[in-house]
Amino acid sequence: MSSEIELLVNKDYQYGFSTDIEADQLPPGLDEGVVRAISARKNEPEWMLDWRLKAFRRWQQMTEPHWSNVKYPKIDYQAISYYSAPRSAKPLASLDELDPKIRETYDKLGIPLQEQKLLAGVAVDAVFDSVSVGTTYKAELKKHGVIFCSFAEAVREYPELVRRYLGSVVPYSDNFFAALNSAVFSDGSFVYVPKGVRCPMELSTYFRINAADTGQFERTLIVADEGAYVSYLEGCTAPKRSTNQLHAAVVELVALDRATVKYSTVQNWYAGDEHGVGGIYNFVTKRGKAFAGSRISWTQVETGSAITWKYPSVILQGDNSTGEFYSVAVVNNHQQADTGTKMIHIGRNTKSNIVSKGISAGQGNNSYRGQVKVMPKAEGARNYTQCDSMLIGNRCGAHTFPYVEVQNNTAIVEHEASTSKIGEDQIFYCKQRGLSGEQAVSMIVSGFCREVFKELPMEFALEAQQLLGITLEGSVG
Amino acid sequence: MIHISDLRASVGDKEILKGISLDVGAGEIHAIMGPNGSGKSTLAQVLAGHPGYEVTSGSVIYQGKDLLDMEPEERAQAGVFLAFQYPVEIPGVSNAYFLRTAYNEVRKARGEPEADPLEFLDIVADRLKLVDLDEAMLQRSVNAGFSGGEKKRNEILQLAVLDPALAILDETDSGLDIDALRTVADGVNKLRRQDNAFLVVTHYQRLLNYIVPDRVHVLVDGRIARSGGKELALELEARGYDWITAEQGVGA
Repeated sequence: MSSEIELLVNKDYQYGFSTDIEADQLPPGLDEGVVRAISARKNEPEWMLDWRLKAFRRWQQMTEPHWSNVKYPKIDYQAISYYSAPRSAKPLASLDELDPKIRETYDKLGIPLQEQKLLAGVAVDAVFDSVSVGTTYKAELKKHGVIFCSFAEAVREYPELVRRYLGSVVPYSDNFFAALNSAVFSDGSFVYVPKGVRCPMELSTYFRINAADTGQFERTLIVADEGAYVSYLEGCTAPKRSTNQLHAAVVELVALDRATVKYSTVQNWYAGDEHGVGGIYNFVTKRGKAFAGSRISWTQVETGSAITWKYPSVILQGDNSTGEFYSVAVVNNHQQADTGTKMIHIGRNTKSNIVSKGISAGQGNNSYRGQVKVMPKAEGARNYTQCDSMLIGNRCGAHTFPYVEVQNNTAIVEHEASTSKIGEDQIFYCKQRGLSGEQAVSMIVSGFCREVFKELPMEFALEAQQLLGITLEGSVG
Repeated sequence: MIHISDLRASVGDKEILKGISLDVGAGEIHAIMGPNGSGKSTLAQVLAGHPGYEVTSGSVIYQGKDLLDMEPEERAQAGVFLAFQYPVEIPGVSNAYFLRTAYNEVRKARGEPEADPLEFLDIVADRLKLVDLDEAMLQRSVNAGFSGGEKKRNEILQLAVLDPALAILDETDSGLDIDALRTVADGVNKLRRQDNAFLVVTHYQRLLNYIVPDRVHVLVDGRIARSGGKELALELEARGYDWITAEQGVGA
């Protein structure tokens, strides 16, 4: 029976194709010359190169962390190419100039780049290997003063904003992978929403790793000025390849006073095959800084990657700020995920809410790791953590590692955890009512994830639903 | 409706059903009674296709088809319904959505158009009255946090919505107080027709005061030890099961 359930959750990875396109790719290896070469290819100003070099020197002194509950062979950082760009990727006057092969790739992925064909209200930035290949709806956004562009463009066009906020949430010295990213990051997205502006549409970046044996190191920086609102979506896929590829991204969010930033991710990097061969190593640092009265909300649906190491966090700096983390992490076959969040309460009356749903199938191993820290001055801080695990079959694992540190005795911190199993009896009950086994698993899993899915913007809710092979109607019905 | 012949089934090495033969015709209600461990619930589960039981021999012909050859969901779609003794909880999935999905699967199998959420609401509103349940329960998760009585009434609501040809009630009376028992029985009686049939599995006679069976079969140690009319149930109520088990020579 459990093997039947496993079959049902085992869907073929449909984004595993690769695009044959001529690329400008640096040879494998990493030294100061490579950092300089990346910076030069992007015509970066001196300050940017200096920052990269400082990060690189710091990285050289650091060692790869191994405290997480994942196992993988040693990564050879000299065997990876740190830059790959489609040969034709010059600044485009309009999206019509985009290489048809790249456009075709995004069409296959279901990501429309032509503005006239766009789904209502989603602006898309598409990152193909190391560079952004096109940002849609730019003109429309500009009318509202919203800046949404590739990171490289932001460095050229908005250097003051970038210099002011880059590294302000995740310093280059933060951790091994963040330092590596800071040294070699190639592109990513930049968003700035001015004071009091509610961004008129969902912003979205679609990351695609195409080239073999390359790493992807994108960097995203989102700044919501006082009283602003922005909702941002991130999607990721990669071709099926038998070698492991490294993805080490950094995302920084800044919510100034009374601002709201909602950041949603559907991560579906290639997970490797059923024997655990290939797949993306996803080592990501995501963090937001919330100023007074602001709100930062992370929602993630993690279904891909061979290894996920990711802790979207919020530093609750300002009084009355709120941090939220809603997560669904699914592992199957030999996938390993060690994911969770950190909520650092610094300001008074700060609130954080954590809902984590881990689903383990096959021989997958799923760990929730979360830290709640209440600093001495965080009077009246509140945290609620709910951490649920679901097991499918007998060979998978679920683990919970909560770290709670409270230094203010007015704080209230709650942690609830549960583990359940999709049972033969639940499946049989559904089948006895006429549902197929597949529908049954879908329904049970979607019910389990309901609290997280309802946080996703509609466009992504649909994608998440397809990804898990499940129907969401249950949460609406 | 259903023709069961020399049905044998086991769990692991243990044989539980040791040759059951039984015919239930359209428009009939049959009661299956018997002491604990006699195989009553196993029979219900086997007919519904529970994967935990292995059918070792015998045949079951349902409406001319080989029932044992069908997947559990095919049986359900063909009109075999099991009201569970222990209804399963599905957290996060609303009762309304679960019911509508089931309803539409059965409709699809019959080649009938599916009902959209609004149409379905009308259908279900009518059926709710039958089991005296409030519309608010449609928005609650399937059986999660339901009282024992609510779970059983929810089973009968599903029965009423899915309108099966053969309904198997597995100890639907257990855990019900007298008022809930009457409600459930009334619901079942209203669903009785000339073209459907009920197999009522129960330990106690009291349910049969309200759902009056055409035939009563007493299961002892995996075999039908005795069959009779409704008066057999009354006799069992008065004398217990011991005299039948003694007659069978299998010991009390």
